[in-house]
Amino acid sequence: MKLDQVAKSLLLKEFVSGFVLAMRYFFKPKATINYPFEMGHRGPRFRGEHALRRYPNGEERCIACKLCEAICPAQAITIEAGPRRNDGTRRTTRYDIDMVKCIYCGMCQEACPVDAIVEGPNLEFSVETREELYYDKAKLLANGERWEREIARNIAKNAPYR
Amino acid sequence: MESGDILLAVAIMLGKSLLMLVALLIFIAYALLADRKIWAAVQLRRGPNVVGPWGLLQSFADLLKFVLKEPVIPAPANKGMFLLAPLVMCTLALAAWAVIPLNAGWAIADINVGILYIFAISSLGVYGVIMGGWASNSKYPFLGALRSAAQMVSYEVSIGFVIVTVLMCAGTLNLSKIVEAQNSNFGILGWYWLPLFPMFVVFFISAMAETNRPPFDLPEAESELVAGYMVEYSSTPYLLFMLGEYVAIMTMCALGTILFLGGWLSPIPFAPFTWVPGVIWFVLKASFLFFLIAMVKAMVPRYRYDQLMRLGWKVFLPLSLAMVVIVAGVLMLTGSAPGMR
Repeated sequence: MKLDQVAKSLLLKEFVSGFVLAMRYFFKPKATINYPFEMGHRGPRFRGEHALRRYPNGEERCIACKLCEAICPAQAITIEAGPRRNDGTRRTTRYDIDMVKCIYCGMCQEACPVDAIVEGPNLEFSVETREELYYDKAKLLANGERWEREIARNIAKNAPYR
Repeated sequence: MESGDILLAVAIMLGKSLLMLVALLIFIAYALLADRKIWAAVQLRRGPNVVGPWGLLQSFADLLKFVLKEPVIPAPANKGMFLLAPLVMCTLALAAWAVIPLNAGWAIADINVGILYIFAISSLGVYGVIMGGWASNSKYPFLGALRSAAQMVSYEVSIGFVIVTVLMCAGTLNLSKIVEAQNSNFGILGWYWLPLFPMFVVFFISAMAETNRPPFDLPEAESELVAGYMVEYSSTPYLLFMLGEYVAIMTMCALGTILFLGGWLSPIPFAPFTWVPGVIWFVLKASFLFFLIAMVKAMVPRYRYDQLMRLGWKVFLPLSLAMVVIVAGVLMLTGSAPGMR
């Protein structure tokens, strides 16, 4: 080994330059976000938790055409239809989505002629038991009420491209 | 001595030990958090920041989690030895703090062979690792324990010679007197890190190898051995292993402070700085060394095992042997050896 190499390794040249570099990174702004307290950006086409929407007058959008059930590649949707008791219009009597089967492909919202079933921006719906992930109509409608503002805004943003 | 006097002395000793242990464990809880935070900061992450303000209670949450979990003892393991190993590791690591002087006269046991005691205790620490790895009766822990034994034995040799050079300069084995010997009018420039600089470097690197810290954490290299000798451990036994490891790291920081950074002495030897209590200087210096060790973990990749052995036997051993001869020669020629003054 040459003398200068010995001197360099004894005086820890590599270590000191590495230390300086590490200290520069130490004070750099963080690359990660503070997740549970702040969320990253989600685009208007984000496909998250499902929701069943209503018209502004409170009427259900879904007309029980079963296109979503037919197109669902994972066969996660189960629909039963029938005339509604008070006015005889065709409505769903049952609308279940098995969120464990669902692959979040977004085909159901593409197929829907009335924008009833949509995938909203929510991604935080983890639960402790499997049973809680078998969504029924009430749960989906509740989701629709909860996320209507965000869903409507996303659909409006995406409208020029469809 | 009256029996009452003896009882009182024992009670005072117990009180001192308890105080030392509590202070040390709380300090280590925050050292652990600092370790993770520094590691995270260098990698542009945030580190633990949810439990308590800035994550200050993270270590205590971890403690609770470990204690409340179920300890799993593998069927083929030797149960007695398996549970004894973490106790040995933790107890020995904590025992070393009996002789460490945090301030002038603050050591629990101010014995004249303090440095030999620390050296012996830290050498015994490898027994905890070997017992844990062997008693697990499993492949990876066994390999990890073997690596650890070879590594600790190799680096103890060079640490021994480093200590010998310091002892020759200080002329005593008493840790308090080693610190006193560094007391001069030059402050920080009079401490042993400057005249014995190569030895300080050798000590720092060997200390990391001795305590299985990255970049020398081959006994628990997760890419090869999962977690080395700790693979089969869970719950409180695992906690004791981790605690023992961090206590050993703090012991090495404290030892480096005493041998090379002037212990509790003020770095600037005049008025406003000498008013600061010595224990604060001691903690600051030990924390500085710990910061360096944490930064090394963040920025240096892990060594290969043959590189580790080459560094220990073919670089550090000749270097420290040569320094022992050189330091002895210089002390003799200048007539400044402690016994010749």
